[in-house]
Amino acid sequence: MPQQQHADGPAPVIAPGYTYATVTDKISAIVLTRRTPRWWFVGAALMFALVMLLLYAVAYLLLRGVGIWGVNIPVGWGFAIINFVWWIGIGHAGTLISAILLLLRQEWRTSINRFAEAMTLFAVACAGLFPLLHLGRPQLFYWLLPYPNTMGLWPQWRSPLVWDVFAVGTYATVSLMFWYVGLIPDLATLRDRSQHRLAQVIYGFLAMGWRNAASHWQRYQTAYYLLAALATPLVVSVHSVVGLDFAAGLIPGWHSTIFPPYFVAGAIFSGFAMVMTIAIPLRRVFGLEDFITMRHLNNMAKVMLATGLIVAYGYLIEIFTAWYSGNQFEWYMTVNRMLGPYAPAYWLMIGANVVVPQLFWSRRVRRHVPALLVISIIVNVGMWLERFIIVVTSLHRDFIPAAWGMYVPTRWDWALYVGTIGLFFALLFLFVRLLPAISIFEMRELVAESERHGEAHPAPRAGEAV
Amino acid sequence: MAIAASDVGLYGLMAEFEDGEALLRAARAAREQGYRRMEAYTPFPVEGLPEVLSVRGRRLPLIVLGGGLVGGATGLLLQWYAAAVNYPFNVGGRPHASWPAFIPVTFELTILVAALSAVLGMFALNGLPQPYHPVFNVAEFSAASRDRFFLCIEATDPRFDLQETRAFLETLGARGVFEVEP
Repeated sequence: MPQQQHADGPAPVIAPGYTYATVTDKISAIVLTRRTPRWWFVGAALMFALVMLLLYAVAYLLLRGVGIWGVNIPVGWGFAIINFVWWIGIGHAGTLISAILLLLRQEWRTSINRFAEAMTLFAVACAGLFPLLHLGRPQLFYWLLPYPNTMGLWPQWRSPLVWDVFAVGTYATVSLMFWYVGLIPDLATLRDRSQHRLAQVIYGFLAMGWRNAASHWQRYQTAYYLLAALATPLVVSVHSVVGLDFAAGLIPGWHSTIFPPYFVAGAIFSGFAMVMTIAIPLRRVFGLEDFITMRHLNNMAKVMLATGLIVAYGYLIEIFTAWYSGNQFEWYMTVNRMLGPYAPAYWLMIGANVVVPQLFWSRRVRRHVPALLVISIIVNVGMWLERFIIVVTSLHRDFIPAAWGMYVPTRWDWALYVGTIGLFFALLFLFVRLLPAISIFEMRELVAESERHGEAHPAPRAGEAV
Repeated sequence: MAIAASDVGLYGLMAEFEDGEALLRAARAAREQGYRRMEAYTPFPVEGLPEVLSVRGRRLPLIVLGGGLVGGATGLLLQWYAAAVNYPFNVGGRPHASWPAFIPVTFELTILVAALSAVLGMFALNGLPQPYHPVFNVAEFSAASRDRFFLCIEATDPRFDLQETRAFLETLGARGVFEVEP
């Protein structure tokens, strides 16, 4: 049943003409039979060089201590918390796509959920590094866990730092399980398809003897939906806890009730920007335009527009409450953000997060792939600037001028930050080469479904709601 | 004289189908014939198939609910015991059992244990990991993870008879019928 692609209507979720067999072969071939493209070696080498930089920066940090960073009093938290919040926010779109859109039966999530989940895992790994390294003595991180130590001490349960340990730890564990459970049937597919003995053994080991039995599928789907239902409030709670880390502090600019919801919206905003930044090159180099269609990009652009507007509302409410509170410290902090020494960063943030995403109102922009890529990268930068503004401008001038100071990141700050970007992309490079970047069995399901729909509705209507 | 599969040492007979609809029809027919010990193998979950095979999946949600309750109770009790009983510590005159501050950890542990029990419960009920299973002895079976649908009637079924069951499966429009070595 060929689906008509109307000039104005939504593009299909999967291009017409695919069968169970061709979907399976096309996706598994990327891992099993196709030659590794030359760009993969170039990209992977570049990113592994950045991982070396990360290792160097971490080694030097452990040798000399956090004094090599730009943090000091009054700005005690610098790049570490900025990058932590930024990375963990990026992870959220992955869980959102795989859990919330699954529960809402949004079919278009199918071809992007797998690598979005991988993105979540790698982003959480990068995020976790920063608070650990900021501890100063990272080898003692387990002091934050409740374990029977010799001093009879417990963690301070009222501290947001302890909440973070539980929130991020749970988030990382649940994301990993969700990803692995989603992978099991595809690992079985790779086991059955691969010709190489070593590949058969490794994929077979990971697939745990999955044999596509109907009774197994039944429990599998139950487990998968339950995990999605559990991960959904988890997404909201994790970034709310991160928002509370700030809101529980009494610093002007942090002590704000809007923080938890506004952080969640910002997380989804930056996460979708990162999914887009990865999806556009991925579909291009692997020829996956049939699976990651214009409809996906269009929908993601719409999600970014909506969450971007929520973020803009957050900025506005922050300014309004600072003014309406009549608190001179709050109001001074707000004016200092806009006109003080960090004003360029503030206005860049407004431009990147509020002004530029408005281009997504235009259908022509939402259908222009290079424009989508450029805007997504701008949004990623803008959301990083947002975290910079929240952390640094709130801290650098507190209640009395005698305690004022400036924060300048050192080259070690930058090395660590750039290093985690390298780690993130290096892991992604390995992932697209070793595991199916698109969920194969869900694509087969989608083929079956579109066949059934084809019988019911001869042609999709143009302008159908997505 | 009927030949039982246990005499020839078979796990069962497996029929291959082109699509899910054909498999669903075949499974229904086999059920009407009185076969009970059978299993279908499909490249993706086929709607209606578990009902035909009378697979019930009511235990997993209960396991997850139980896990969530255990996790939440553990989290709350742990914090209450630590902060109010074992090491009471006065923070700004707040009560020792200041439960609103305990909500984040309680919530996270509820989700963590519920999710763990969903995954481990699914593995346990499905009997995974399973290093060996007879169905893999059929060469054609690897297509179950690509585009083929299989129905396997097991030799332990009381109605099983090598010749009769084979003849029955062939009437269902199967692409092929294979003997599954144990």
